[in-house]
Amino acid sequence: MAAAIEVRSISKEFKLYHEHYTSLKERVIHYGRIPFEPFMALQDVDFDVEEGSTVGILGHNGCGKSTLLKCVAGILQPTRGEIVTRGRMAALLELGAGFNHELTGRENVFMNASILGLSKKDTVKIFDEIVAFAELEKFIDMQVRHYSSGMYVRLGFAVAVNVEPDILLVDEVLAVGDEAFQRKCIERVKKFQQEGRTILVVTHAADLVRRICDRAIVLDHGKLVIDAAPGEAVRVFRESLLGGELNEPVEAEQAADEASAETDGGEVQASREVTNRVQITEVAIEHPGLLERNWLLPDEPMTIRLKYHATERTDDILFGILIHDQDGNQLFGTNTRILGIDVPPADGDGEMSFEFHRVPLLDGTYLVTLAIQSVDEGTVYDWREQQSSFEVMNPSQTNGLVSFPLDVKFVDPAQAPAAEDTRA
Amino acid sequence: MSAPEIRVPRAPGKTTIVRPRMTAIERFKRIVERRELLVGMIRNELKIKYKNSVLGFAWSLLNPLLYLVVFYIAFTIILGSGIPAFPIWLLSGLLVWNLFSTGLGAATGSVVANSGLVKKVSFPREILPLAAVGSMLVHFFLQSMVLFVVLAAVRWDLAWAYVPLIPLALIVLLLLTSALGILLSAINVYLRDTAHFLELALLAWFWVTPIVYQYQLVAQKPGWSKWPWFANPVTPIVLIFQRAIYARLTNPKAPVGHKELLPNWPYWGFVAYLGYSLVFALIILTIAIKVFGRSEANFAEEL
Repeated sequence: MAAAIEVRSISKEFKLYHEHYTSLKERVIHYGRIPFEPFMALQDVDFDVEEGSTVGILGHNGCGKSTLLKCVAGILQPTRGEIVTRGRMAALLELGAGFNHELTGRENVFMNASILGLSKKDTVKIFDEIVAFAELEKFIDMQVRHYSSGMYVRLGFAVAVNVEPDILLVDEVLAVGDEAFQRKCIERVKKFQQEGRTILVVTHAADLVRRICDRAIVLDHGKLVIDAAPGEAVRVFRESLLGGELNEPVEAEQAADEASAETDGGEVQASREVTNRVQITEVAIEHPGLLERNWLLPDEPMTIRLKYHATERTDDILFGILIHDQDGNQLFGTNTRILGIDVPPADGDGEMSFEFHRVPLLDGTYLVTLAIQSVDEGTVYDWREQQSSFEVMNPSQTNGLVSFPLDVKFVDPAQAPAAEDTRA
Repeated sequence: MSAPEIRVPRAPGKTTIVRPRMTAIERFKRIVERRELLVGMIRNELKIKYKNSVLGFAWSLLNPLLYLVVFYIAFTIILGSGIPAFPIWLLSGLLVWNLFSTGLGAATGSVVANSGLVKKVSFPREILPLAAVGSMLVHFFLQSMVLFVVLAAVRWDLAWAYVPLIPLALIVLLLLTSALGILLSAINVYLRDTAHFLELALLAWFWVTPIVYQYQLVAQKPGWSKWPWFANPVTPIVLIFQRAIYARLTNPKAPVGHKELLPNWPYWGFVAYLGYSLVFALIILTIAIKVFGRSEANFAEEL
């Protein structure tokens, strides 16, 4: 089958101005010395999207995925390379983009459809369908400025999916609206797939990619890292994400060091004193499948092993652990004092471990923060902010964050009255 | 994914190519393809403008009436220019000028004013300045009604032979306004004070266009001083409107040197002069579409 979208080695360069002058006066004053840094948002990105397939673009913030989508949509022009698309394209970059607040819902539907390339005659035909899909029958002749944000978004989505595009570009918008509307959107996307339409979706929700995509590409710093099946792409995406995260704690550590020198702020609270008398020397995360894979299955046990070194004998000591998800939500946090565990004094080299009986998590990458502090937490000996991580991969179709222990039972209708009888 | 899905092959649609450089012809074709969008945008612009005003379209009639009163007082009463039927003389030129200046002004700000659209949806951006000019064309037709009423009331005789030149002149004017509008709208994205410069330029431009005084007054000047009037591409358009509508070449009552109002050219003289404006407009249009095409790539970033 032919490619619906051919992205032929495109590059996009932005100029980052330190100071952006937008008037002639300013440009004349600063003529010839307007400093800017070239920034390559996309570098030689090359891929095809087969007609009728759904492809996801994965990447963390600032990797160029939205720029890529805007280039495909024709909003931005690539600096080099070209993009060929076949068929009518509807882009959902921001729902309700291009709505004019002064106009009524009805007028905006016609305008929006017209921008998407639909004739007035064709819009009349699908108008009722659009309104019904958006569930805005009563409000369609109201000015859009009086719409709630939910109504606005629904109308935007309704127009975009009902103009019968051959290619649909979606940028993280499936996550808007209430639960029912979201389901409706996903259903519509599935219907699109069945009808042989092409979908290109940008997201950082690995979960969504696995659910709806045939293929996924991963972008990292404007470069295409991999173009593969969703599962493989998600794995690479997570790895690149970890690579990115690993750089940050180093700075955090430096900040902590500076804080110890100047005793103000930094990543560690100002009230805390930082000394280096006990240092973490090695962290290892172990799980039963360690040899064949570097991720956990849901509900597997996990051990976090910690080696440390104390330069002098330290009695006043506790060990703490925090687990965060990628969005920065703390999932778990405890320390040896809270748990009421006696900690042997540290002197020279030592080793300890946090042993989790099972990790009741589904999909995701989780970041581990480890700390050694004085018992009152007033002195930080060592603090490793999110330097370690582990990944959980869920082979089943169950989705969500937490793996709740679950049994499903059915009561046999023939036996149910009998049970009542025995009780009586 | 759950159940196996049957995917229906679709008929191949239109091919679109996004690339850094497009030729002026490609860009022009793209605009023509989306003419329905242009019409829709013009309609919306008018709707929005008059939605929240009680007097509605009456406002656009007030503007030329006010000008008429002011210039009548200034020129006929105070300065005593002595042009007979001054309102008709003035309006036949002023309406043309209004279309040009308001169209250009609206077009210049159009891309920046619609930044929400430019950043989020794809369509030929030239449509924005064109829609601005288009909505001013509608105002032009409404304002012309004032003139028609005056003409009908006094049973004014038109120079019917020259009337067929009016639509031609109007087309050239639209081309000229659109060309400059497209060019300035692109420049305005990068230099936001373009509108201020335009205001000053238009003020000067107005006075080198024979609207409130007669062309022949300038034509009689010796040497190079009359060249700004000759070279001005709006001059032939104004002259054609005056020739066809005002239709009087001389003012027998005026003192010597002020007798002639309009050039006594044959029909083809006006056509040839209009041809100059057309060439001027087409050159600007080519430059405008080139400049617009180049800078359009960065509109979404600059806004």
